[in-house]
Amino acid sequence: MDALLIESDTVFAAFWMTVRLTAVSALGSLVLGVLLTAMRVAPLASLRGAASVYVSVARNTPLTLVLLFTGLGVGANLGVELSDDIATNNYWLAVIGLTAYTSAFVCEALRSGLNTVPVGQAEAARSLGLGFVKTLGLITLPQAFRSVVAPLGSIMIALTKNTTIALVVGVSEASVRMREMIETYGDQVIEIFFGFAAGFVLLCLPMGLAFGWLSRRMAVAR
Amino acid sequence: MTQADLIVLDQVNKRYGEHHVLRDVNLTVRQGEVVVIIGPSGAGKSTLCRAINRLETIDSGVISVDGTPLPAEGRQLARLRAEVGMVFQSFNLFAHKTVLDNVVLGQVHVLRRPKDEAVRKAQELLDRVGIGGQAAKFPAQLSGGQQQRVAIARALAMDPKVILFDEPTSALDPEMVNEVLEVMTALARDGMTMVVVTHEMGFARRAADRVVFMADGEIVEQDTPDGFFGAPSSERAQSFLAKILTH
Ligand SMILES: Nc1ncnc2c1ncn2[C@@H]1O[C@H](COP(=O)(O)OP(=O)(O)OP(=O)(O)O)[C@@H](O)[C@H]1O
Ligand SMILES: [Mg+2]
Repeated sequence: MDALLIESDTVFAAFWMTVRLTAVSALGSLVLGVLLTAMRVAPLASLRGAASVYVSVARNTPLTLVLLFTGLGVGANLGVELSDDIATNNYWLAVIGLTAYTSAFVCEALRSGLNTVPVGQAEAARSLGLGFVKTLGLITLPQAFRSVVAPLGSIMIALTKNTTIALVVGVSEASVRMREMIETYGDQVIEIFFGFAAGFVLLCLPMGLAFGWLSRRMAVAR
Repeated sequence: MTQADLIVLDQVNKRYGEHHVLRDVNLTVRQGEVVVIIGPSGAGKSTLCRAINRLETIDSGVISVDGTPLPAEGRQLARLRAEVGMVFQSFNLFAHKTVLDNVVLGQVHVLRRPKDEAVRKAQELLDRVGIGGQAAKFPAQLSGGQQQRVAIARALAMDPKVILFDEPTSALDPEMVNEVLEVMTALARDGMTMVVVTHEMGFARRAADRVVFMADGEIVEQDTPDGFFGAPSSERAQSFLAKILTH
């Protein structure tokens, strides 16, 4: 236990990075996921096609590859600099990669949610004179969203754990700190391991409970 | 075409694959007129109704609303749809919105009325259809008859030139049919232009100016309610009436 207590500051700092990565990527992937969903049901075939290709590629590529691509491809090779500070730069590259990857899953969840909304809802909206964007934004997507709160919760929990892969672009989140500590305190491997695992459980468990509660609260009665 | 012709269908045809659902349909609905469409199942009544606000596209012919031919999907069509109210068999109230919000939404987002004005109007209309007290509830908490009356209020809130009803009472328990028909009869009396697909012959006799009989995608005959129910001229109308009236 000593190691975790002695290093508690750096451990918390590392978990704080995990939380920031998760929160910002979650927000990003929700926004991008909604946009992709709108594209997938848009009247324009080219938009539908583009979104569908994007989702297929992002969903079927390992996250490690996606992050290596943002790190090496976008960051190093194309020379995109998001900040002068290298740590900040890497952080944003990780956020981009995690967002690009997770948004495809958000899109799939929302699309399956859209399928649960009776077609009469959109017809009633259109017959009132609402256009495509408002019908989607005011009527069908909000209902779709409410029906997929639980699956979205699973996606967000997966995202939390997926942030550990940000180490491939050099972000020092919790799992990196764990590895460093295991190297320093070789005699306390088990304690360190359980300590960090407990940290992730403490993050994810309340998320699962919160999403379950939200899902019941927000369900649409028909 | 005279000024008072609100809806004009000219040689309208619609096919689902091989199935010819509307055949050379010509129909004119004048301002203030109440037209009841009846006919056997599969006659194309719903398709006709839905074609008028272009929820269903047509293959040939022209449908005009107040002198304007229906445009293709887009801003202009949306504006035109706002002028044509629609009441569905399955109500289709927005399930995630309160009764009040159902009636407010179109006013604010389509007509761009100020919120407080829209709320006032919604409350007024809900009172008029007899459900002012349920404004804060969600649709699922209401009976079918109440939901359908909210749907009528929602359509009225847009100040439509005409309201289309597609079997508005067919999904209702028998004891709720009348409360909806009463609201519709009052609307007809107030001069609202209405196109009503229904099997309620009592309503047709009471409220219709004209009865249109459809079968196999065609308008077979049309007449005043007295003329039609008294002496239908076509054999198909005679046998249809014989069937439903013996029940
Ligand atoms: N989306 C569709 N695809 C294929 N065929 C359809 C579709 N919608 C309707 N039809 C067919 O078109 C014909 C006319 O349908 P419509 O719903 O207009 O009839 P209706 O007169 O309203 O009948 P009902 O009294 O049963 O409501 C029917 O034979 C129906 O099977
Ligand atoms: Mg029908």
